[in-house]
Amino acid sequence: MARINTETTSQIVKDHNNKPELLVQILQTIVARFGWIPPETIRQLAEELNLSRADVHGVVEYYHDFRTEEPGKHIIKICQAEACQAMGSRELTNYAQKTLAMGLHDTENDITLEPVYCLGNCACSPAVMVDGKTYGRVDKSLFNALLNSLRGDQ
Amino acid sequence: MSGTKIFVPCETAAISVGADEVAFAIAQAAKKNGENIELIRNGSWGATWLEPLVEVEVDGVRIAYGNVNTADINSMFDANFLNGGKHKRRLGPTDKIPYLMNQERWTFLRCGLINPLSIEDFELHQGFEALKKAFTDGAKAVLETVTESGLRGRGGAGFPTGIKWRTVANAEADQKYIACNADEGDSGTFSDRMLMEGDPLSLIESMAIAGFAVGASKGYIYLRSEYPLAHSVLSRAIETAREAGWLGKNIKGSGFDFDIELHLGAGSYVCGEETAMLESLEGKRGIVRFKPPLPALEGLFGKPTVVNNVITLASVANIINFGDARYADMGVDQSKGTLAFQLTGNIKRGGLVEKSFGVTLRELIEDWGGGTASGRPVKAVQVGGPLGAYIPANQLDIPMDYEAFIGIGAMIGHGGIVVFDDTADMAQLARFAMEFCAIESCGKCTPCRIGSTRGVEIIDKLIKDVDHQQNYELLIDLCDTMEGASLCAMGGMTPYPVKSALKYFAEDFTPSSEK
Repeated sequence: MARINTETTSQIVKDHNNKPELLVQILQTIVARFGWIPPETIRQLAEELNLSRADVHGVVEYYHDFRTEEPGKHIIKICQAEACQAMGSRELTNYAQKTLAMGLHDTENDITLEPVYCLGNCACSPAVMVDGKTYGRVDKSLFNALLNSLRGDQ
Repeated sequence: MSGTKIFVPCETAAISVGADEVAFAIAQAAKKNGENIELIRNGSWGATWLEPLVEVEVDGVRIAYGNVNTADINSMFDANFLNGGKHKRRLGPTDKIPYLMNQERWTFLRCGLINPLSIEDFELHQGFEALKKAFTDGAKAVLETVTESGLRGRGGAGFPTGIKWRTVANAEADQKYIACNADEGDSGTFSDRMLMEGDPLSLIESMAIAGFAVGASKGYIYLRSEYPLAHSVLSRAIETAREAGWLGKNIKGSGFDFDIELHLGAGSYVCGEETAMLESLEGKRGIVRFKPPLPALEGLFGKPTVVNNVITLASVANIINFGDARYADMGVDQSKGTLAFQLTGNIKRGGLVEKSFGVTLRELIEDWGGGTASGRPVKAVQVGGPLGAYIPANQLDIPMDYEAFIGIGAMIGHGGIVVFDDTADMAQLARFAMEFCAIESCGKCTPCRIGSTRGVEIIDKLIKDVDHQQNYELLIDLCDTMEGASLCAMGGMTPYPVKSALKYFAEDFTPSSEK
């Protein structure tokens, strides 16, 4: 992902007509482009939207999507919700953590592993999202194949 | 001459099991064989267990091939697939597949049938006719029809839609809003997503009808960020509708202005609660508001707002097309019409089944679902999302009916049905309910914010058999407090799965050595 810079942030704010009520949408656009919200961006958004830094910080820390740490090049999200649990997502999550030698919310070797609570793919459980694409009926071998394709990509 | 029509769904579940790769392989094979085809990316019919489900149109009849993978394509072409030839993947005519044939499609009538982004296709199948009828009949008639149909909120609460719309219509204000709740966060539900991906224009049409009926010129759709494909389809559908003059100023010369803004959520479950959603739409933390005032009187930016779920809204167009009486004739007692049930979790034939209320849970799980995917006995079924009760296998004959479910301390919610086989550990699932509440609580009220964390701790003690009786009583007491004193359903209903697990599966709450 690209490195965030003040010009792009300003442009995103302008694209949203400098409206403070679009803060969630502005942050969502920033995360889609850059993967996370650095502290200096919070300061800049507060200034440009005429909000307090506390206001912006409060919104950033409230929502799961607004990461305040830089994620890896690839993001793997494993669904933890009930329908996926019924089809072994707990085992899959343990397997993923063991295979990647990392915990949920961790970033290692360009990969970030995150929990997610429902991808709306509950008739094809368990579900996993890799870099924004949802996969269904994921077993260990499919998980390995997905992982290998990411590693081949690096 | 146009080519043979081939349909491959452009829908999250189908794509998640390879529909894009299958579509690509079909295009490649057609090119190689010099065949002229027209590849259409339709929505899904909802027979998710058969995805990727490919169809070919032969003499006006659509022939289905199920669970197609890329390795099948060459042999399908060899077997004269373009003329509906015999192949191990061939299922016969799509409309004769029992799973689909025995449904009562109302809201999902066009889903799977049409190209979701084609206005022509949409209009060919009655699209925008309800909106035109609304313009002719007037707002009062629309309110009357929606009220008489008995339609209730499909997001989970089941509030009568007509009453909500009338409240907004009667409110005096310079601006009113329609806010569509597409923050479908409940585990075991995907009907909103399937509709938005398969027939997005129907939602747009129904939102315009709602706006016309109550006097709102602006609509918002609050879509969860976990649905990137729905976001892309819906954005393009809104753009297409605008270009065709079905959104914007003076729609089709009616004098009525209406436009829609699409907003993305940011991964917060509680933003599916209507007032938290309104806060989030205003760009703030998704913290639940006190009620009253009702959103119908003081909603988005303090203005009268209709907050309805995707399915509630999308059901309206056909209520106007076919009449309120026909809708009200379906279903039972106070549960009129149909619901799109979603069969998920450990189930053999998962997917979406739209049926009249009154169908039993057993019929859905056994007749449509075919039992568990693992082949083991059903242990428990969670209906209505993570805040729904766990229903034991001996109670599956309950009819799907709002009041019948309330009667057994459960809820139908958004129609999600999650099946668990006998390997499920109900104590762990009860613990998860509390844990999920702790993660997702907005933090405004104490019973939810603190109670959920204490709930996890008490369940851990129960499982480890520390002061069992004392902790059991404490957990029940905590559940009662959360139920009675929480501000919204998050804290107020998290006790449902916990208490039902305790009641029906007490043996799971003992140390593992005794299990």
